[in-house]
Amino acid sequence: MATADAIPADEEARIRVELERSWAVPRGLIGWLSVVDHRSIGRRYLVTAFVFFVLAGVLAALMRIQLAFPENTFLGPDLYNQIFTIHGTAMMFLFAVPVMDAMAIYLVPLMVGARNLAFPRLNTYSYFVYLFGGVMLFVTLLLNSAPDVGWFSYVPLAGPDYSPGKRADFWAQLITFTEVAALAVAVEIVATVFKMRAPGMSLNRIPLFVWAMLVMAFMVIFAMPAVVTSSSFLLLDRLVGTHFYNPAEGGDALLFQHLFWFFGHPEVYIIFVPALGMVSAIITTFTGRPVVGYTAMVLALVATGFIGFGLWVHHMFTTGLPQLGLTYFTAASMIIAIPSGVQIFCWIASLWRGRPRFHTPLLFVLGFIAIFVLGGLSGVTLASVPFNLQVHDTYYVVAHFHYVLLGGAVFPLIGGIYYWFPKITGRLMSDALGKVNFWVLFIGFNVTFFPMHFLGVQGMPRRVYTYPANMGWGTLNLISTAGAALLVLGGAVFLYNVVRSYSAGPPAGDDPWRGDSLEWTISSPPPVYNFLHIPVVEGRHAAWDRSPDPPVVTGLRTDCREVLVTAVMDAEPDNKVEFPSPTIWPFACAVVTSLFFIGSVFTPWAVPVAVAPLAVTLIGWFWPKERR
Amino acid sequence: MSRAAVDVSGLEDSAFGHKGLIWWGTVGYMVIEGSMFLIVFVAYFYLRLRESVWPPSLPNPDVFMPTVNLLVMAVSCLPAHVVKRAAERCDIHGVRRWLLVLTVFATATVVLRALEYPGLNCRWDDNAYASVTWVLLSLHTVHLATDMVDSYVLLAMAHRKPATRKRFVDFAENSLYWYFIVTAFVPIYLTVYWAPRWL
Repeated sequence: MATADAIPADEEARIRVELERSWAVPRGLIGWLSVVDHRSIGRRYLVTAFVFFVLAGVLAALMRIQLAFPENTFLGPDLYNQIFTIHGTAMMFLFAVPVMDAMAIYLVPLMVGARNLAFPRLNTYSYFVYLFGGVMLFVTLLLNSAPDVGWFSYVPLAGPDYSPGKRADFWAQLITFTEVAALAVAVEIVATVFKMRAPGMSLNRIPLFVWAMLVMAFMVIFAMPAVVTSSSFLLLDRLVGTHFYNPAEGGDALLFQHLFWFFGHPEVYIIFVPALGMVSAIITTFTGRPVVGYTAMVLALVATGFIGFGLWVHHMFTTGLPQLGLTYFTAASMIIAIPSGVQIFCWIASLWRGRPRFHTPLLFVLGFIAIFVLGGLSGVTLASVPFNLQVHDTYYVVAHFHYVLLGGAVFPLIGGIYYWFPKITGRLMSDALGKVNFWVLFIGFNVTFFPMHFLGVQGMPRRVYTYPANMGWGTLNLISTAGAALLVLGGAVFLYNVVRSYSAGPPAGDDPWRGDSLEWTISSPPPVYNFLHIPVVEGRHAAWDRSPDPPVVTGLRTDCREVLVTAVMDAEPDNKVEFPSPTIWPFACAVVTSLFFIGSVFTPWAVPVAVAPLAVTLIGWFWPKERR
Repeated sequence: MSRAAVDVSGLEDSAFGHKGLIWWGTVGYMVIEGSMFLIVFVAYFYLRLRESVWPPSLPNPDVFMPTVNLLVMAVSCLPAHVVKRAAERCDIHGVRRWLLVLTVFATATVVLRALEYPGLNCRWDDNAYASVTWVLLSLHTVHLATDMVDSYVLLAMAHRKPATRKRFVDFAENSLYWYFIVTAFVPIYLTVYWAPRWL
């Protein structure tokens, strides 16, 4: 490493002004549609995902009102079918995955010391495709044309014979929208983590949060093609008369389930693994010590990523598959508890040996550990074939996956929002209100979902719009609905805290929590160029391990969007590349893509019609505009 | 006072192969699309296992035209390779010349592909065998057509100044993607045209 003279203050000011000009976010409507800045796109993803979360949450509340009493008539069966389908679909495809993408888009470049995410125009494109897909889904609900066959849309129910009309087609195309967006983000994350880390951040110094996002990205890349294939086959069966799922012509309905769950089970980990990264980040900061067992944690994340692909048949135990196969999937389903257990013990050891500060983010993490352990235990019971056969498609399963997904992913996520809100907005959220928020949500969650275990064991099936009084399920359902009211209250407290803090929260400063990773070394919110000088990382905990006069990268151009590309293993500087500037073309391409997807719900001619405009927008996007 | 610094002013602009970002994006999408091909293969053989006769109630697909196309694709890897080498030398004249040749080959493969479809001897809505056969081939056709258009655009770019190093990387990585498309056709060719005869 060379040495450089200290940069004079006026030179620093010049660099700052030049970087601000080079990386400026364009203004106006066209500018808003053209932006390629990861922070802007990350914020949009985050806000959009939470809007869909609230909408899907309102639908859940409506379902709970309907189920509060036996033989209730608040919702009719058709509307109830649409509501539970949209609730599940939106929560999985429009909230859970995109919100984790949002956190990655915003935070990964900051944590690895980069000025933007790789392929920034692709990032813009992915956001608009996601947005348009989500809007399409909710518009179908307003038009009473929403999908009504459940979030996994099984055939033959979703096939042309049993679901006439266009409802199931909208579900299939919603999948296409969201997967196109998620796959784009996954490629961006992999390229950023492997090739854009600041010098010194070798693989064994990557923050656990970034490792988690990397594992998630790989899982997306390998899992999501399966669901795109399954939903495309469904659309083709419905639109042009193919026979993939039609047994009368050599097709097979179980093929859909295999394809769907080959994606669907990894999907759980695609949602859950990023949350593990958030837990590790929060525990590190709020215990003031490195997480115990960094290497074990990384290996556990990677192992989860691999094993997650070997479990899908445990969703299909009742389909009559061969016993020997089921045995394997039982074993695999139990084995995945091992890496999860490793992480839980590492976190507990970290808390034990550290000096925990019980601010709101850590409370949510502790709540996560309690809820997730319960969800994991019910998961292990479901891996047992005889028990699974009894409770399949009952409220026991509903309880289990809400414990795993809401407890395992949403609790850490809300903790993560409390943790990174100061970095994103420059203002702190109220800690007192945050603690109220935590307890209302924690109690509300358990009151809502714990009784569902009993309802399931008593035989209450999921997806029924009502039940007779003599089944004896009324009391537990009423308790569950009371818990849902608490969840709504907790959600309202959270939103109030966000809105109030955004405008009137106390200034956060650069590092309000004494965080360990690079984002805490820059101002809050970060400048448009993220780092005035790309840092040189000196340890695994980049912020804690910094020397008083930390080394930096020099020699990058500041009069254009030049970024540093580094080697995969040890992040040694390798080459430089100029990033593209903002442009309207990704937005235009997203509009054409969306019209194409929506058009192909109605007619196969949408495909040839879309080819030319799609080509034009893509050529406009990629046509070079570089200077000499 | 001085501080430790890593001076990167001497580093190259853009890099070829795995050292560059574009390679990672290209390979990322190759993996995604390769996974998709793989899943359709799985669907093909899953459906095959459910039938005693394959293809069920339909004639075998013709093999002449796809065999010609496979040979054309195999030969097209030569100009693709030369384009890649020329791009890595930043030789714009070599790129222009051989990219034109590659474009002709890409166009030929698309024309030949259009001629392959009648030889499938089935329509997509005849039965599940026909459906999966059409989808497998069409998925590949989309790739062929996309890269043909991409080659036209790159050819136009090659005649536009300045010929920056970043653009040479684009020329080189296009060849990589072409190799992927050609390689993907080998198992598709064996599956669509020979599996009905052998299995």
